[in-house]
Amino acid sequence: MSAISELTSLRRTRAKTADERRQQRKENGRDNKAGYLFLLPWLIGLVVITIGPMCASLYLSFTDYNLLQPPKWAGLANFQQMLHDERLHQSLKVTFIYVFVGVPLQLALALAIAILLDKGMKGLSFYRSIFYLPSMLGGSVAIAVLWRQIFGTDGLVNQVLRLIGIDSHTGWVSDPRYALGTIIILHIWTFGSPMVIFLAGLRQIPVMYYEAAAVDGASRWSRFSKITMPLLSPIVFFNLVLQIIGAFQSFTQAFVVSGGSGGPSDSTLFYTLYLYNRGFANLQMGYASAMAWLLLVIIGGFTAINFFVSKYWVFYDD
Amino acid sequence: MTSTIAPTPTTREPAGTPRTTPGRGGRTASRIRSVIKHILLIACSLLMIYPLLWMLISSFRPTNTIFRTPGLWLRDATLANYGHGWHALSPTFGHYLINSGIVVLGAIIGNVMSCSLAAYAFARLKFRGRTLWFTIMLLSIMLPIHVVVVPQYIIFNNLGWVNTFVPLILPKFLATDAFFVFLAVQFIRGIPKDLDEAARIDGCGHWGIFSRVILPLMVPAIATTVIFTFIWTWGDFFTALIYLTSPDKYTTPIALRQFLDATSGSDWGAMFAMSIVSLLPVFLIFLFGQRYLIKGIATTGIK
Repeated sequence: MSAISELTSLRRTRAKTADERRQQRKENGRDNKAGYLFLLPWLIGLVVITIGPMCASLYLSFTDYNLLQPPKWAGLANFQQMLHDERLHQSLKVTFIYVFVGVPLQLALALAIAILLDKGMKGLSFYRSIFYLPSMLGGSVAIAVLWRQIFGTDGLVNQVLRLIGIDSHTGWVSDPRYALGTIIILHIWTFGSPMVIFLAGLRQIPVMYYEAAAVDGASRWSRFSKITMPLLSPIVFFNLVLQIIGAFQSFTQAFVVSGGSGGPSDSTLFYTLYLYNRGFANLQMGYASAMAWLLLVIIGGFTAINFFVSKYWVFYDD
Repeated sequence: MTSTIAPTPTTREPAGTPRTTPGRGGRTASRIRSVIKHILLIACSLLMIYPLLWMLISSFRPTNTIFRTPGLWLRDATLANYGHGWHALSPTFGHYLINSGIVVLGAIIGNVMSCSLAAYAFARLKFRGRTLWFTIMLLSIMLPIHVVVVPQYIIFNNLGWVNTFVPLILPKFLATDAFFVFLAVQFIRGIPKDLDEAARIDGCGHWGIFSRVILPLMVPAIATTVIFTFIWTWGDFFTALIYLTSPDKYTTPIALRQFLDATSGSDWGAMFAMSIVSLLPVFLIFLFGQRYLIKGIATTGIK
């Protein structure tokens, strides 16, 4: 059970008769004191580190605050300013392109490789480690540094191109046309962790389904579309939701590759990078909070749409 | 090897056709397919791993040859990059590794303690509001940190904890990495409840059941938590960037970034050498903890 299907099932089992609910409440109340004692660290964290700051950030989003003077109430000024902030629009554009191009490509590759690495194949664990390694290292500054060199003017990509006869002097990371593309490639390169989840999901599909299909003479494609995809759909859904949420929050790669500025010409100005610059470089904490809430609304909206649409293509066989 | 397994009793062959031809033909086809598959996979693996290997080898090359060598062969191997990189910033790179080590150790202890406690409550105790709290916990996994980071910064700033390791470690003691709570809940659910009952009959309270029965059985889940916490905290850039302001407090990722600025990206040899140094602990953990890493990723993903 993944966190996501757990949420779905919690939602589904809510409807109960009044009697059942009373029974359950009685049952539930058995370990009240112990339950809250064990939960105490988490509860404190929830209040002090999460919910409290969330409320504060909602309040700050309606203020002008630079850390030095007390917050000044500004009403909707921050949100109005956001409507006219060209760099904010640019950062949204960059982030949306990254999410809509990077996530599907990464998941498609993860699924393709996972299916290629089928059960009982020779060298499975070797291949799995090789493909998984980049996703463990990919978020680090060291890899972002490497990326900057690879796609630089004297970088590995141009060296290889010269080797095959193309005399390229393009600085891929310094050219606004390609800079975002290189970060998307970095994202796709880290397909290992969704791949591992797909592999685990594929293992759950009973072999007898395929055996039955083989007896019926089903083609490779119809076995994939009629057995693999439907039974794998909850896992595709899980990966999709988590990857979208994660991709909207990408920061490190863009920060390092662009030298912290989101350049060249704001072509890699990711939303969170702009938020960081506004809040922690320019000390506009009110504006940064307003931006954070817009991000939450966008991510929440995407997740809600995902859950809604999932009813039509995700199958739970219980 | 395949020939001994191939003909199964249930295989039906149309009467009258030569017995061997279709079977052998199919076998050759599947062998060809398997060879193609392996070639494809090896090509992919090579492409995946190539940048990493190239960085490793480049770290032993004199900087001026890095720009001219796309291959993986190594002539004139030198350790100069490592010496140079180690001393390029003051304090030396070892200082940043120690800082990272302190933060990682604190984060691991915090996550293991707080997350297993909360997980025991969610998995085994029946208390009022459990479903509600559990839902909130699941939702908090998906909450972007940016929504809370500004006020958190203000709080830590007012407490005078900016430019200390406290903002990086303290939240872990309060189970803010709810991913691990969920992981541990999943694991505890798989432990037979009879064990709890037996311990209860022997006179154990909840604390006794938790510490003497569940915790010792939770070692694989704890290992997963330790390994993931290590890798994620070691590589954490955003929080360190916000909270650590003076060079003697920097963790490895910030130091590496500083390096890039200081040398404005010209001393790639030293840059790569220190990158390798910073990746080495993660790589070693990956090598030895892979079983747990894969299990951890997979169990939270499986329906």
